[in-house]
Amino acid sequence: MRPSTMFTAGLLLALQAGHGMATEHVVNQKGKSFIQKQLTVKVGDSVKFVNDDPFAHNVFSLSDTKSFDLGSYGQGLGKSILLDKAGTVEVECAVHPDMRMVIEVQK
Amino acid sequence: MRQNPSPGALHHLALASHLAWLGLLALLLTAAPAAVAAPRASPPDQHWRLPAVPVPRENASTVARVELGKALFFDPRLSGNGTTSCASCHNPSLGWSDGLKKAVGAGGAVLGRATPTILNTAYNTQFMWDGRARSLEDQALGPMKAKDEMNTDFPATLARLRALQGYVSMFNAAYPGEGISEATLAKALAAFERTVTSKDSPFDRWLAGDQGALTVSQWRGFKVFSDPNRGNCSTCHSGPNFTDNGFHNIGIGVQDPPDPGRFNIRKVASMRGAFKTPTLRDIELTAPYFRDGSAASLRDVVDHYARGGDDQSNLSANMKPLTLSEQDKTDLVAFLRALTGKRTKLVAPELPR
Repeated sequence: MRPSTMFTAGLLLALQAGHGMATEHVVNQKGKSFIQKQLTVKVGDSVKFVNDDPFAHNVFSLSDTKSFDLGSYGQGLGKSILLDKAGTVEVECAVHPDMRMVIEVQK
Repeated sequence: MRQNPSPGALHHLALASHLAWLGLLALLLTAAPAAVAAPRASPPDQHWRLPAVPVPRENASTVARVELGKALFFDPRLSGNGTTSCASCHNPSLGWSDGLKKAVGAGGAVLGRATPTILNTAYNTQFMWDGRARSLEDQALGPMKAKDEMNTDFPATLARLRALQGYVSMFNAAYPGEGISEATLAKALAAFERTVTSKDSPFDRWLAGDQGALTVSQWRGFKVFSDPNRGNCSTCHSGPNFTDNGFHNIGIGVQDPPDPGRFNIRKVASMRGAFKTPTLRDIELTAPYFRDGSAASLRDVVDHYARGGDDQSNLSANMKPLTLSEQDKTDLVAFLRALTGKRTKLVAPELPR
């Protein structure tokens, strides 16, 4: 590995290991399902919902912890939501209500 | 120059003529693609085959439960004024619907939405146009409780049932020890509804290997149906029951007042005017179409989608104007007619007196 690459890799590792470093988690939608049914994240993390299906999904939640509506979008697109409060977020697809998952947001 | 052809020349002429016709016929038979039968179903096509009916553990199917549910389904004495049974609107003679644009309720009032068929609802995970019911059991009492539908007086109805020895015996056989209650009433109705299924349509037989079950036109229609760049139908009307159990706004013409549909249940912007995708099995038996009965024929349905819908104010992202030839549209309608299941004889139940 070149010295500059090693430096960059080292820097990235250091950044990841640091306290309070927010992570972006990715949840894919495929076959009218969320690939993960359950996800645990930290306050300040974000979750990006990526649509891998050849039709539109509309991810939303009406939970008190985090209420959001990502709107309807098609294949290949992704939208993020910032989870800024601890608690349980019940996520559903408005178009296909059998699609459900739960996000646990921890302090 | 000869005036009349000789007998020999006439003979040659006739022979040549026959040969020419035979040649033309041979050319037509061999040159025309798929001229005789539709191609065979492929392994990927098999995802259109219906599995066994899903049955909940809390309400397993038994002969006694189905028979009880059937009697109750056809019994108008369950309604407030004794005139209306489930079968009044979900009429087996009209594809388990009522042939009307919108349902007509107690006192003759026209209601807000069309009567859905109950055919194959056993395979659904969402119930009613806006998905407000969670299961067949959950849905069964709804029309009875509705003042403008069956307007059932439950204490009176349950007392009436308990006073009829025929019903006492049937409930005892179906749900021993559970008594005659709203719960067992709902369970019995659901058990019966799970037997109302559409099977062995020409399409099903073609999937099972009967190559001649579909005409070539119907097979072409199936291809149009499944192609996102042509009919784009299977995007929402997906296998095996021709529904994704999802909610979409397909741009039905503006109504006054507008029907919020699924938005009443899930207050998400895209759900305004969105309604549940119904099955297409037995669809030729349930005209008129759409949740307001605004499409009189299957051709009208196809034309609606070909236009990309009418009311564009909150259209589903899956909707778009389609590129369909006249042949495509004819073939598509032909395919939809291939989804009609084998007709089964329904014996009307004897009701306890």
